[in-house]
Amino acid sequence: MKEEIIIAGFGGQGVLSMGKILAYSGLMQGKEVTWMPAYGPEQRGGTANVTVILSDEKISSPILNSYDTAIILNQQSLDKFEKTVKPGGTLIYDPYGITTEPTRTDINIHKINAMDACIEMNAAKSFNMILLGGFLKIRPIVELENVLKGLKKTLPERHHHLIPMNEAALKKGMEIIK
Amino acid sequence: MSEEVRLMKGNEAIAHAAIRCGCDGYFGYPITPQSEVMETLMEVEPWKETGMVVLQAESEVSSINMVYGGAATGKKVMTSSSSPGVSLMQEGISYLAGAELPALIVNVMRGGPGLGTIQPSQSDYFQTTKGGGHGDYRLIALAPASVQEMADFVGLAFDLAFKYRNPAIILADGVIGQMMEKVVLPDYKPRRTDEEVEKQCPWAATGRKMSRKNNIITSLELKPEVMEQNNLRFQAKYKTIEENEVRYEEILCDDAEYLLVAFGCSARICQKACEMARAEGIKLGLLRPITLWPFPTKVIAQYANKVKAMLSVELNAGQMVEDVRLAVNGKVPVEHYGRLGGIVFTPDEIVNAVKTKLM
Repeated sequence: MKEEIIIAGFGGQGVLSMGKILAYSGLMQGKEVTWMPAYGPEQRGGTANVTVILSDEKISSPILNSYDTAIILNQQSLDKFEKTVKPGGTLIYDPYGITTEPTRTDINIHKINAMDACIEMNAAKSFNMILLGGFLKIRPIVELENVLKGLKKTLPERHHHLIPMNEAALKKGMEIIK
Repeated sequence: MSEEVRLMKGNEAIAHAAIRCGCDGYFGYPITPQSEVMETLMEVEPWKETGMVVLQAESEVSSINMVYGGAATGKKVMTSSSSPGVSLMQEGISYLAGAELPALIVNVMRGGPGLGTIQPSQSDYFQTTKGGGHGDYRLIALAPASVQEMADFVGLAFDLAFKYRNPAIILADGVIGQMMEKVVLPDYKPRRTDEEVEKQCPWAATGRKMSRKNNIITSLELKPEVMEQNNLRFQAKYKTIEENEVRYEEILCDDAEYLLVAFGCSARICQKACEMARAEGIKLGLLRPITLWPFPTKVIAQYANKVKAMLSVELNAGQMVEDVRLAVNGKVPVEHYGRLGGIVFTPDEIVNAVKTKLM
């Protein structure tokens, strides 16, 4: 098993931390993992993306030109990364702020209204966990139990009381992805 | 080895490995993309556990001269920085080499010249392997290609530095520094006691207590006749290092018709390029120099008898390619492929470069 993933959106949407939790979940599941951020001076409002690879075998390049899955959170990222999904691969996107929908017919396109859902749940900070839940519903590469372990590793102890809320968000994502 | 597998950035691995290998002191100044080295040290607070000093100096010039001072007393000391900061350190590095002091410098390269960018680059190859500072000196240069190697090379670099009384450098890049991977950290090794330091480093300025002739640590020698002898001694040492310390990795080389030569993050990207090329039936292999100096000249010369052409793949305008060409000595064509200023190539670009430049 090998899954090459790009997560892309605005800085502040939790792109990097979502990737980090996914990477830790892979670690908990005994996978090889790499997490490579496109780091830059951008912070909130700028663009942010991270490449996460989970594999049963040793990973060669942490930097890729095509992906099994793209998780897309804004129009700029959709424009940039829709064409980089491998044929037969998966594109997951939140339609919030998307003006031009994806058009490819040779990939599996899934829509997830994560922004609406997190506002409805009154848990704006769980936005990225709703997306991660949606992703794992479509591509069940790590078990939920290991994601929760990964969350525990990533969050500082003082935030561990937020884990149930994140778990609820993961499950919400699994429910609402189309 | 403690078998616990962790996930961390290359920069964090450097910091943890330094504490665990019994490092006595770290002196540094923050700069992207290596700031996590000192940040991690400050967070772990090793001075409480091992007594290791961690100090943020007022500049890179101060850092390297603090390293000089610590090394002069036989202590295991290090600094880390990124390209512009390492440029500031060059005078101190030349002095370390001239005074034959063991020390570790870590350079997590970013795009240059000047202040350049903060994104990954490998354009300090010349600076690292051909001098950088003045005078006929060499640095033992290790190029990690994974977070695990970031951890492993700290102890190795210190061992080599003390073995040869010569500064060593870990030449990493923004990719290896910033990416997270699995890593098993080395076991804790206690810092050496004063007695152990005196035994291992009889040359060090440890306080002679009237028991021996005074040790003088200096790179200055006013008599050219003596300075020439000093230089000849350095050159003999460098030759020994060249004979004994060359390290490299061969990947998919056995049946290769075309050979990539790449170090650090480029080697990782090239490995994927090899997999992709082989899926198309192109027999592509990769030779990864682990020591950039001493350079794996002999093994590259041997491959010149086996392959049709070589491509030196570097995040610069063509630096290591000169050493590859010297090794190949005209036997087969040697081309270069690079991206500049903080742009990182993708695996498909390298496959295309093989097709257009070598075939």
